[in-house]
Amino acid sequence: MALAQSGNMSLPQSVTAGSAFSIPTTGSGDGVLYIVGPGQALRRDVHVGQAAAFPAGVLYNAGHYLAILTVGTSTDTGEFDVTPTALPEALGFLAKPSRLPVGLHNGISGAVYVFDAYRNLITTPMPVSFELSNSSATAQARTVTTRNGLAWAEMDSATKEGAAKFVARVAGVSSTRVIDEVPGDPCGIKISAQPDGGKLQVETAPVRDCGGNSIPDGTIVTFTETFNDTQSTVDVPLKQGVARVDMPAYKGAKISVALGVVAGNEIRWEGGR
Amino acid sequence: MIGRLIAMACALTIPVAGLVAQQTPSIRVEPAQLQGSRPVEKQTETAVIRDYLQSWKSLETALDQNQAALLDSNFVGTARDKLANTIEEQANLGIHTHYRDRAHDLQIVFYSPEGLSIQLIDTVEYEEQVLDRDKVLATKTVRKRYLAVLTPSEVRWRVRIFQAEAE
Repeated sequence: MALAQSGNMSLPQSVTAGSAFSIPTTGSGDGVLYIVGPGQALRRDVHVGQAAAFPAGVLYNAGHYLAILTVGTSTDTGEFDVTPTALPEALGFLAKPSRLPVGLHNGISGAVYVFDAYRNLITTPMPVSFELSNSSATAQARTVTTRNGLAWAEMDSATKEGAAKFVARVAGVSSTRVIDEVPGDPCGIKISAQPDGGKLQVETAPVRDCGGNSIPDGTIVTFTETFNDTQSTVDVPLKQGVARVDMPAYKGAKISVALGVVAGNEIRWEGGR
Repeated sequence: MIGRLIAMACALTIPVAGLVAQQTPSIRVEPAQLQGSRPVEKQTETAVIRDYLQSWKSLETALDQNQAALLDSNFVGTARDKLANTIEEQANLGIHTHYRDRAHDLQIVFYSPEGLSIQLIDTVEYEEQVLDRDKVLATKTVRKRYLAVLTPSEVRWRVRIFQAEAE
């Protein structure tokens, strides 16, 4: 450990967080040594001429510190740094969003801050591996080297729905976030109609997104019937991927369907009643 | 290096309880050099720098008066916990510390794509004065490079990570 003379003290240029160190002093008499910075404040009674010993685990917050040795009316002041340990112990993993549609390019992002055992940000560059895996899709992986203690990555959402695990890993320390990948907009929506007495049974084909994922039950499908300049609309939730509705069977009526911004086919009923 | 000198007078005159009149530090803001994919809008940059500089005022008052509660509006998480711990240690030792920031040279280096965190580097010059009750033990002018990570809260950006780097 390199020491720098500061009056009656020999200070280290830097100390690794949580490690034992000592500050040799010269002279004689009893004094008080203060170590003060925004991260910690310590005080030791010292016999000047001997080294002030600081056991492991005493000074552990990374940052800049003043060392002040007072002996009677005289004061010596010096400064030194406490650096983070090199061993990651915890990750701050910010991932967004927690839920998104399938098939989105760079739709998922994660930023990782790497900390040591004392919650100091480790600023030495180190590789972080990001992995996004979904049981029904090929895992995506990236390795990014930290800069200023952080690494970030963007990932595509899978083409198949399901819960995906987004894992960040550094030197054996990992953190996981679960991302819910849900079906996207329907790729198309198609209806057919069957007469049933004086009514028409109108029904969609199973509604899926472009990756073949079923649109969730409860999603509202809107049926619209236009006849003689009057229009009636019915909202129906999907049940088991299909929406059904009974509508009046007017000869010449037009029936159309839509789900969100996606419009389906149109039927013109010529059967009449 | 093309720097922009930004007058932050309005940000620096925000009143802090118990804060005595102080000289306004000089502020220099370097153009952002982002490693993220998301650009920082001017409005966001102004807000982040305003809140970060305000956090220094909060830190200075809290460590001078040994009142951790004064940190609450500007610090959160690890940064808040560590500073509050220092305040407790100072109070136990019967000392307090008077910090005064004189100059900041700031640069935003990361804005996360989802907008949940922003990182800046501040080469700051400040005066640190350690007092045992009213007796000045030492005064030192320090110039250090600080890394700060801020996260958004309801009404402001708060400092979550605050750490000086070794030379």
